[in-house]
Amino acid sequence: MHLYDLDILLMEALGFYARINFERTKMSTIRSRFVAIGATAIAASLVLAGCAASDEETTTAGGTTDTGDATVAGCEAYAAYAGNEGAEVEIYTTIIDPEASLFIESFVEFEECTGITINWNGTQEFEAQIAVRVEGGTAPDLAIFPQPGLLASFSDSLVPADADLTASVDANYTPDWKTYGTADGTFFAAPLGANVKSFVWYSPKTFADNGWDIPTTWDELLALSDTIAAEGNVQPWCVGIESGGATGWAATDWMEDLMLRFQDGDTYDAWVDGSLPFNDPKVAEVLAEAGKIIKNPDYVGNVQAIATTSFSAGGAGVVDGSCAMHRQASFLGGILVGDYGATIVTPTDTDVEGGITTFYFPGVSADNKPALGGGEFVGRFTDSAAAAAVQLYLTTPEWNNVKASLGGWFSANKGLDTANVADPVNKVAVEILQNATLFRFDGSDVMPAAVGAGTFWTEMTAWVAEDKSDKAVLDAIYASWPY
Amino acid sequence: MTASAASVRAKGRAKNIFSSPIASAAAWIIAVVWTVPTFGLLVSSIRPEKDINSSGWWTFFSNPNISFENYQKVLFEGTTTNPPLFQFFFNSLAVTLPAVIFPITLAVFAAYALAWFDFRGRDTLFFGIFALQVVPLQLTLVPLLQLFAKGLQIGDVTIIPDLGITGTYIPIWIAHTIFALPLAIFLLHNFISQIPKELIEAARVDGAGPFTLFSKIVLPLSVPAIASFLIFQFLWVWNDLLVGLTFGAGSKEVAPMTVRIAEMVGTRGSGWEVLTAGAFISMAVPLIVFFALQRYFVRGLLAGSVKG
Repeated sequence: MHLYDLDILLMEALGFYARINFERTKMSTIRSRFVAIGATAIAASLVLAGCAASDEETTTAGGTTDTGDATVAGCEAYAAYAGNEGAEVEIYTTIIDPEASLFIESFVEFEECTGITINWNGTQEFEAQIAVRVEGGTAPDLAIFPQPGLLASFSDSLVPADADLTASVDANYTPDWKTYGTADGTFFAAPLGANVKSFVWYSPKTFADNGWDIPTTWDELLALSDTIAAEGNVQPWCVGIESGGATGWAATDWMEDLMLRFQDGDTYDAWVDGSLPFNDPKVAEVLAEAGKIIKNPDYVGNVQAIATTSFSAGGAGVVDGSCAMHRQASFLGGILVGDYGATIVTPTDTDVEGGITTFYFPGVSADNKPALGGGEFVGRFTDSAAAAAVQLYLTTPEWNNVKASLGGWFSANKGLDTANVADPVNKVAVEILQNATLFRFDGSDVMPAAVGAGTFWTEMTAWVAEDKSDKAVLDAIYASWPY
Repeated sequence: MTASAASVRAKGRAKNIFSSPIASAAAWIIAVVWTVPTFGLLVSSIRPEKDINSSGWWTFFSNPNISFENYQKVLFEGTTTNPPLFQFFFNSLAVTLPAVIFPITLAVFAAYALAWFDFRGRDTLFFGIFALQVVPLQLTLVPLLQLFAKGLQIGDVTIIPDLGITGTYIPIWIAHTIFALPLAIFLLHNFISQIPKELIEAARVDGAGPFTLFSKIVLPLSVPAIASFLIFQFLWVWNDLLVGLTFGAGSKEVAPMTVRIAEMVGTRGSGWEVLTAGAFISMAVPLIVFFALQRYFVRGLLAGSVKG
């Protein structure tokens, strides 16, 4: 009763009260109009359904003709995947256009030779929907997981890798990648694409004009910074960590990269999963090393301004020549090209004004080459031979080379020929991945959100903005860790 | 008597308060503030991509630069794996029409029965249906999907077999119908139960059976309530992303327009200029429905409220 009373009050107060009219005449007009609307709509949908169907027919017809022309040459390479003609394999993923089109293009030959149709199904809703689909019994054949943590939560539903896939991954990827595709001791998911964060951006022209050499160890990097600072024309480093609500993440990447360099992989894993306390002396050592660059006014100018310089504007100094080096992931190139008029060049292009490229953020010694980055993993939910064939094919050097040659993409596959990677920055990335003695995912993405997307960011910001001491920073993050 | 006199006075007072100039001004301000973002979206949708990325939509007025390229791109450009939006437009229609008609049809019958048939447990049943509105639909996604994909077995006994309807429109229709029914029955019941008893009794005396009563008296009289629920349900289904995405099982053949629009922005959100045009294309149909039926809308808001 309460509800009704409230409604009456509300309506009366709004003065919207209109008496319901029971006049017959009005009724009949409404009714006839309804019928009209309904009829048109149904007619329209029928016509449209017809159109859609005929469209499909034309496309398939076109596709089949193409197949007829191109099958003859080169299908021998696909003999291993034979016997699945007519099968359809759905790949469910976060990757949508424009990248998706390149993936689809890279499958064309495989599809023609094997008769398997790959349905690329990309959606931004992947991370929420994959759980619903798996639980609901409509799991896709293959799913591309953008992060290992999500993959691990499906270890009950995924089909473990078969012998062929395991052999191919063992042959083509470093063990670290296999570990990330493993959950609860079972290897499930094959690596797909990769990205790399261990980059220092620089301008080959600035380096050549001043006669600087690319450093290959951490000590050489510091020595070079000293030289540049002593010459006094150019600021050695530009650092910027401002990123709106996510301010500080760029500084956490410094920490992670140096953690891999000054400690080993096990220590890094312990640090990320919380079994190594955040204020452990090992972590303190790493922060002190980071401070050698980030908190050195001779290198970076005004230390406090780092917190208010956006991570993208930080790289702008490299483009206009006001600073020599900037540590940031590969995606920065696109921003600098788009917003600051930079050109991506090869390290040997020393006469391009505004030309930028990258070198590997060096390890402690020349043979210490860890890499920080990320990647995707292909897990299989259905026990079908066709899906297994596609999953296997994606780990082969053949496919990785085809995909890389289409541009804008690379992977950690050891068989990937850098000649097929056109972009100079991606080329460096592939070299880094193939030479990496150690590979780890971005740790702050894996830490509990309260730290990885919380205090780790804010405390690193306070570290530069308020000149907070190393110890106070680490103690504060330690205190916030949800043990 | 006194109660109704008081209510008339209250009405008069309310009328005075809400027709004062200050109230009108406030109403106008609210209307403008609420419309500005949508208007900005509309302006953005007819600007060239370069302008959208470099300056705000309000600069359009000092530098008018009209282009329908966004609409062209959204509607007609696409590949076989990512068909252009107009194909999804038809998917949306095919999802929406049955998903509006089914629940309304079922709800009118149910509401009629609940309001005018005296049977045991009627109030409990009505209360149960009313209470179902409380269940968040997100809670039902997984069980419903399992039902559609695998059927229902308890032990070895098959209660509902695997119907093999995954990836068709049918699960989407059923899901929308299920989610709409509690509100529809509640709304229509309260409206239908308001039909004067004398009318029904007079018809009975004239020899009308339950079905004649329904088709000759109840149905014509409840058209305003039906129309208003039709608007509600149409808007809800047309704008729905979650149900279409989930029960379409990721199939592009049945995905409604909202699913495609959500993807158009691109993996890294670089294509947002096409979103503006996409949003307006998807808005067009609900606007037509709303304006065509708006005079029932206000009446419909009252449906079920006048139980005194």
